[in-house]
Amino acid sequence: MNNFSYTTATTAKEATGARKNSVQSAFIAGGTTLLDLMKLNVEQHPQLVDINMVPFKGISETTDGLRIGALERMSDVGENLLVVQQFPAISEALLLSASPQLRNMASIGGNLMQRTRCSYFRDTAFPCNKRNPGSGCPAQTGDNRGLAILGGSAACIATNPGDMAVALVALDAVVLLENSKGKQRRVPLLDFHLLPGTTPQRETVLEPDELIVAVTVPAAAHARKSHYVKVRDRASYAFALVSAAVGLDVQGGQIRSARLAMGSVGTKPWRALEAEKLLVGKPATEASFQLAAAVAVRGASPREHNRFKVDMVQKAIVRAFQEIAA
Amino acid sequence: MDTEPRFFETNGPGTGGVVGQPLNRVDGHDKVTGKARYSAEFPQQGLVYGVLKGSEIAKGKIQSIDTTAAMKEPGVLAVLTHQNLPKLAKTPNSPEGKKAIGAPMGFLPLTSDTVHYAGQPVALVVADTFERATHAASLVRVQYAAEKPLASYQDPKAELFNPEKVQDGKTDGFTRRGDARAALAAAPVKHTATYTHAINHHNPMEPGSTTAVWEAPDRLTVYESTQGITRTQKSLATMLGLPLEQVRVVTKYLGGGFGCKGSSWPHTVLTVQAAKAVNRPVKLVLTRQQMFTGMGHREDQTQTLQIGATREGKLLALVHEKTSTTSPWDNYAEPNSRIINLLYACPTFESSYKLARANVMTSTFTRAPGEAPGSFAIECSMDDIASQLGIDPLEIRLRNYAEKDPTNGKPWSSKSLKQCYARGAELFGWSKRNPQNGATRDGKYLVGYGMATASYPVHNSQGTARVRLYADGHAVVQSGATDLGTGTYTVMTQVAADTLGLTPDKVRFELGDSRLPTAPNSGGSVAGGTVSSSVYVAAQEVWQKLKKLAIADKKSPLYRAKLEDVVVEKNRMVLKTNKQKGEDFMALMKRNEMSDIEGTGNGKYGAGYESGLAAGGADSGHQDDMAGHSMHSFGAHFCEVRVDAEFGTVRVTRWVSVHAAGRILNAKTARSQIIGGSIFGIGAALMEETFRDPNFARYTNASLGEYHIPVNADIPEMTVEFIEEHDPYINAMGVKGIGEISMVGVSAAVANAVFHATGKRVRDLPITPDKVMGAMAV
Repeated sequence: MNNFSYTTATTAKEATGARKNSVQSAFIAGGTTLLDLMKLNVEQHPQLVDINMVPFKGISETTDGLRIGALERMSDVGENLLVVQQFPAISEALLLSASPQLRNMASIGGNLMQRTRCSYFRDTAFPCNKRNPGSGCPAQTGDNRGLAILGGSAACIATNPGDMAVALVALDAVVLLENSKGKQRRVPLLDFHLLPGTTPQRETVLEPDELIVAVTVPAAAHARKSHYVKVRDRASYAFALVSAAVGLDVQGGQIRSARLAMGSVGTKPWRALEAEKLLVGKPATEASFQLAAAVAVRGASPREHNRFKVDMVQKAIVRAFQEIAA
Repeated sequence: MDTEPRFFETNGPGTGGVVGQPLNRVDGHDKVTGKARYSAEFPQQGLVYGVLKGSEIAKGKIQSIDTTAAMKEPGVLAVLTHQNLPKLAKTPNSPEGKKAIGAPMGFLPLTSDTVHYAGQPVALVVADTFERATHAASLVRVQYAAEKPLASYQDPKAELFNPEKVQDGKTDGFTRRGDARAALAAAPVKHTATYTHAINHHNPMEPGSTTAVWEAPDRLTVYESTQGITRTQKSLATMLGLPLEQVRVVTKYLGGGFGCKGSSWPHTVLTVQAAKAVNRPVKLVLTRQQMFTGMGHREDQTQTLQIGATREGKLLALVHEKTSTTSPWDNYAEPNSRIINLLYACPTFESSYKLARANVMTSTFTRAPGEAPGSFAIECSMDDIASQLGIDPLEIRLRNYAEKDPTNGKPWSSKSLKQCYARGAELFGWSKRNPQNGATRDGKYLVGYGMATASYPVHNSQGTARVRLYADGHAVVQSGATDLGTGTYTVMTQVAADTLGLTPDKVRFELGDSRLPTAPNSGGSVAGGTVSSSVYVAAQEVWQKLKKLAIADKKSPLYRAKLEDVVVEKNRMVLKTNKQKGEDFMALMKRNEMSDIEGTGNGKYGAGYESGLAAGGADSGHQDDMAGHSMHSFGAHFCEVRVDAEFGTVRVTRWVSVHAAGRILNAKTARSQIIGGSIFGIGAALMEETFRDPNFARYTNASLGEYHIPVNADIPEMTVEFIEEHDPYINAMGVKGIGEISMVGVSAAVANAVFHATGKRVRDLPITPDKVMGAMAV
């Protein structure tokens, strides 16, 4: 870890201003990913700007849904009654994440910015296009069991690692951003993360002087009846092998609207829009869900050690739908 | 001399003794309050910090090392490389070194420009703070002439060879008993299966650490996280060219070891040399990542086991082949064949080992080395054959019960495996097992029962202890053993208390210092039996001296009694024929103005009371029973799993282990040790796997975030019981040791339960959801 300076920002303007002046500096909230990466020398920031005093707090019901301040902690959001009752998939995803200790530290904004767990990215002795553009991607023929089957490129197949973003993207979440001029913009989470293409080092649309203010999620019948299923190697404290966030609005046995996103299979939280469309008007039966699952993995490009994900994620999708349709 | 106790007898309820009782840990308070000092926690005047920089490449030569930037950092005292490390008197691969130090050190980093494995230390930075040393280490720039490394025996380019010996020369590379190939060919039932085992790392909570303090130019003290202070002392003295007594090694507490602290490893001597170079005490603690390349691992391996049997399931032939990866300088392979040869009555046996040299740090002892993966192979195959022939898995094991040691025909010193099976089956409810595989379903889960046999040898070992008994009624008992955290302090306090007739609070047991009487490595399950026997024998010497004192003391009620007529009851010496007549040691010693009295004892393998040695002093010259009996622990594990019928996730939902391992010294610490070993085994069975990149020969998951070990949610309530044995041959205390047996057979019990649940056999450890899901799809 390199030496760095540390400053505290109490307003968004102070924070974004500090970063505008020094693009190499980093915001720190919970620090649960950042400190790891700095200790591993994967990230080397001359300055950390502590944003914990910035008043991006609050979990509230708005006229059209839910608003979560970017500095709310994962544990608080996961256990919030409004989230539990109206957006169960978000609560479930949060509470199946990491460990209680990490959830008590990690912020919602930070969680959206969580970087990949790809082993090659996290060890500076390996080449990695994301960390060191142009150096190569050993994951393509190496340890790719946990890596992406969707959205990858020859340059990078690193998985987006989290759980929460999968539930959020399924339920049409929007990210509210603010820059150093105080200007705000709203970006659908679906468009927030970028595909690696030939520039895997660029992971989000966030500009250097922008800060995540809040996340909003529209209220909907399919949000109230939403669910998150996570499959992992051990019972707790493990990243997903695959996961599925689903939402359903069923009336008289017929699906009026459906939501579906997959975790740990894509280079970003993977929304399956086509599969959702296919479900509308179909009976809420296992056969329909299986059909949707098959469409969801269309175009998957597995590597040697992650072929199982193609089947497993379909099973997770069907399981998730079945459990709420029942 | 039949009046002398030759075997520890005062155990059990009603006797007032504490041996066997579930005494709380005597060091528990110190541990939870932070008073207990682990090896990296001894403050030193002027202490500075060492940090290793590991090689980025796995094979090649160091062309140049640029230390300029590192040296410029504030607080940096030295950057040691192969170019400036102080020279050793003897290198580990010199003839003297090989004898004293052992195989893992056959190659010592920082003594040449050769790189044999990724993460190999190429520089050691010393600075005034840990953080500065860590940062400076990241600034050391190394230019390599890199070559294409070989990652494992599985690489098509690997050159396999048959070693003459494996595992430090202890096991033959080829073993044969009868004509197993012919017996196999003629057998009416044949079963062939191939098993693979992932690389496993020990990952004790406490990493390896060394604090090196040169007390004088020729006198060294090392605070070391090691399972064997004697071995460390010997290896350092040899490399440094110092007399043994000039090197002191201290290990007061260990946060686990599991075998990785059972050898000498490079970081220790490198830290010692760094302390010499900067003329200050240096502390070096391996990082978690460095623990993956610094202290060995369980090697990646494939076993093929061919079994010939009768239609009744009686074994006729066992043919075992193992192929595994070793380092460029060592022939280490776990001796898997030992347990396969031993576990069941079978007239013929053959085993062979193949190795490939790859660019890896050498593998080493990992809890139940050989027995753990070997039992996985034979216990899965036995289960398969049972299923194939329609025999209950427990029944097939009883049909092949070995009444004597099949490897040499010797009788067992004791064997209570049948009782373990029976009690385990009863506790578990084995009789309720559905004979059909894949036929028990509970909602989305497939439910399966599995069991497996465990066995572990009592290794040949000896140690010494000193007992000093004070006239005020307390005792200090010492042995240079180490306590891995399993309870050595506690159980030895219990043994000393009972043998001296004191309550445990009057006994202080000291260990972990090379100035104390020498004891073996705490490894191979030998510490419990060897050290307790040493304490017992030393206590007998104290009583002998006291008895002689009493019968020569005119004021003693025992004056002029015959030595053989005096017996010890608790803390009193009394006449055998009239137990009212006698006195306690305190009265005797005070009257004789004796402040304290000392005895030493040598606890030996094979020296039980039937072999006539136990009561003898260190030099009594009795014959032991090494040649007469085969000495092993046995046990059985029973496991229930629930397998998600779609995802293939496996959760262990019930667990029963019953072991027979001679005398159990403390019911509570023993239970904890068996639970710990079983969880260790469940980890190996279901999730533990270090991935070595096939192109770079570098680990990709060298952290506890990515290398999965079980969390609480993975482990159910565990039932552990012991069958008490009174073994008159193994040693004076009749203790076999339980460190390793707890994990033998565990992965097979889990795999067998998965097989029962799903009807599908996964032979590739760990049994991760993807493999089970894949097997179920076939």
